[in-house]
Amino acid sequence: MRLLRIVPDDTHFDFMRFRRISFPISALLSIVALVAFATMGLNFGIDFKGGTLLEVRYPNNTLNIGEVRSKLEGLNFGEVQIQQIGTDGEVLIRVAQQPGGEAAQQAVVGTIRTTLGDQVEYRRVEVVGPRVSQELLSYGIIGLMLAVVAILIYLWFRFEWQFALGASIANFHDIVLTIGFMSIFQIDFDLTSVAALLTILGYSLNDTIVIYDRIRELLRRYKKMPIDELLNQSVNSTLSRSVITHVTVTLALLSLVLFGGRAIHSFSVTMMFGVVLVGTYTSIFIASPLLIYLGVNTRAMEEAAAKDAAKDAARSKAARAERTAG
Amino acid sequence: MLYFSRWKALAIVAFCAVICLMAAPSLLPQSTFDALPHALQRKIVLGLDLQGGSYIVLQVAQADVRKGRLEQLRDDARGALREARIGYSGLAIQGNAVQVTIRDGQDAAGAYQKLRGLAQPIGGMVAQSGQLDTDVTQNGNVITLTPTEAGINARTIQAVSQSIEIVRKRIDQLGTTEPSIQRQGSDRIQVQVPGLQDPSRLKALLGQTAKLSFRLVDTSMNPQQALQGRPPAGTEVLYSQGEPKVPYVIEQHVLVAGEDLIDAQPSFDPNTREPVVTFRFNGNGARRFAEATQANVGRPFAIVLDNQVISAPVIREPITGGSGQISGSFTVQQANDLAILLRAGALPVPLQVVEERTVGPGLGADSIRAGILASIVGALLVAGFMIATYGLFGVVAVVAVAVNVGMILGLLAMLGATLTLPGIAGIVLTVGIAVDSNVLIYERIREEARAGRSAISAIDAGFSRALSTILDSNITTFIAAAVLFYIGSGPVRGFAITFGIGIITTVFTAFTLTRLMVAMWVRARRPQHVPI
Repeated sequence: MRLLRIVPDDTHFDFMRFRRISFPISALLSIVALVAFATMGLNFGIDFKGGTLLEVRYPNNTLNIGEVRSKLEGLNFGEVQIQQIGTDGEVLIRVAQQPGGEAAQQAVVGTIRTTLGDQVEYRRVEVVGPRVSQELLSYGIIGLMLAVVAILIYLWFRFEWQFALGASIANFHDIVLTIGFMSIFQIDFDLTSVAALLTILGYSLNDTIVIYDRIRELLRRYKKMPIDELLNQSVNSTLSRSVITHVTVTLALLSLVLFGGRAIHSFSVTMMFGVVLVGTYTSIFIASPLLIYLGVNTRAMEEAAAKDAAKDAARSKAARAERTAG
Repeated sequence: MLYFSRWKALAIVAFCAVICLMAAPSLLPQSTFDALPHALQRKIVLGLDLQGGSYIVLQVAQADVRKGRLEQLRDDARGALREARIGYSGLAIQGNAVQVTIRDGQDAAGAYQKLRGLAQPIGGMVAQSGQLDTDVTQNGNVITLTPTEAGINARTIQAVSQSIEIVRKRIDQLGTTEPSIQRQGSDRIQVQVPGLQDPSRLKALLGQTAKLSFRLVDTSMNPQQALQGRPPAGTEVLYSQGEPKVPYVIEQHVLVAGEDLIDAQPSFDPNTREPVVTFRFNGNGARRFAEATQANVGRPFAIVLDNQVISAPVIREPITGGSGQISGSFTVQQANDLAILLRAGALPVPLQVVEERTVGPGLGADSIRAGILASIVGALLVAGFMIATYGLFGVVAVVAVAVNVGMILGLLAMLGATLTLPGIAGIVLTVGIAVDSNVLIYERIREEARAGRSAISAIDAGFSRALSTILDSNITTFIAAAVLFYIGSGPVRGFAITFGIGIITTVFTAFTLTRLMVAMWVRARRPQHVPI
């Protein structure tokens, strides 16, 4: 059987030269993302904004969206979004947070239930009070920052500081672009979006680390090789793996987007963007060439290794002194 | 890297098989599952988003705890000063403290000593910290009692614990299956009731404090007059339940309180056929109620629930049997709910619903279908691609990934973890990422072979070099999953669990099962060429 081979053996693409294009593109995209975020904001779901969400279904084509609209708009709940979803008589109703504390939010569901009656199927009801929504938002933000810091510390221990810094800049770039994407397409931003962002972070790093691992290996092996060439060789020799993994993850995500259901649709779409479009690009075109600017070269590696060796020597000397003293 | 002793190989296969088998009880029908030995009765719990049900978070308002504590301090201070026969004026709650002015300057020091005695060590007699729940300060003749933050916090935690018990009793009365009631943080209670479609009755049941009291009605003043002027000393104006609201002048003194009830049941009045609630007092309550009704024949008394008058019948004869009935033009459901509330007892403080999420059974079933479909399609696509790319080694990868998924399910069942729709997404993603470890290994093997190594040596080197990369890259992803588990709740936590477990099983299978399968193939075939 002839096996499928997407990337030919022994590629010699000059990825490092491409940085003269990829860096400005990324800078531009980041600015676009930030501008979108600043002007359009995120489409916060009720997790973070508070309020009420109902998903109801009118059985057997009894849905009259206009009637639902006029009924609900007569209730004076302020901003009410009514959106027909699918073709099965399903309606998504969103009511903004009401003034008057926790009890006022609870009253909304009761009123809507009485207004729409028992003939409809209540598929989903969510009410998030002002206090909880505020907490969830701060937990989400704290969680994202915590993850970045924890990963940074791990990388700093496992690699040199230049790698940790390079990975976190790449990381930050991924998050900014994904948030920009969610802002431009006004994708629901809720708790599952934070989950998506964290997973994107994990994936993108995973990719970056595979390449960094190779760079570290080659730095030890080829002490004389110019850094551009060394980075290029690292990316080229892991290219086949990058592409194949990219395909498998894309296939898994594709089935989630197509068949995973509406409840996780925004999660899947965000992941698709973050992992498939951004993550791999970042590892190859941003994270790796960044190392040139961060001063990674064989000499730095040797110095670091020498420092470690010196530290070890000092430690064993101290231990020996202690033993003789004792 | 490629040598496995027979025992080691057996151990790996047995271990994987056992973990996978742990998932099996979850697939059995309920009757078979119940017949299993107790140690094996562990199954994957479906999240509320998949099986349908209600998730409600209740909060104890610290302001209510503080208010209750201040009122209690005020009453205790009054009692202490009276007992010591110390003259005082202006005993009242001022902001976050209780203040009192001692009339005679000479008594001030004695009064201070007395009131200091009201401060209790936090945590009762076994307290280690020596912190008190109240600060008592003296400034000339003015003594101030301030509840400390630590004291209020301790009381909040205590109020939550007591409330959990009562919430549990109330929910158990509804006869729903397997409700879960847990503390969340210091001041919240999380309630999950699988299968509940409309939680409005549940919320109504939990939203009432249910403080019941029997008190006399003061007929010396017309309620309308009392509303316009001032009610007589020791009384207050309370309204009736329902519309129209009728005001009553009610004595503050409580004849008998809800704590003295030992039973309450819904039933029908034999004369009017109206739904009523019949109740029984304990010995103490029965005696006090008998005394009070004996002394007040002909006067009306009020049954007050959460500061609302349910009914105010006239005492026709002394009630000495220790039982009675409450009628208040209830519907059957209302009588039922009132009986539940009275049986379960009063909450120490009011509870507020701060979050509610309810999923109907229809959406839950749709989500399960969507999750299964996405998993199958995703798995088939990935498996097909892997086999097309790596041939026999692709089959090895697919087997490893299948074992991986089996182990995730087995571990979920062992931990009794909850599987949510995002959790299923986590499994699908794991399928995508688990093959990555195989890809890393295979690509490395190819590289080593291209560099001129013999097939066996290339395979050996491929494994040993790829494994450190696999470890590094997965630990970072695992950190993200761990953070997510820590901050997330409900469905998102479900994602973090499957994703985190998936990473562990991925690394495990890469180090053991994949390697074992390839080693067996190498031993059987003694290959000259790397087949990928």
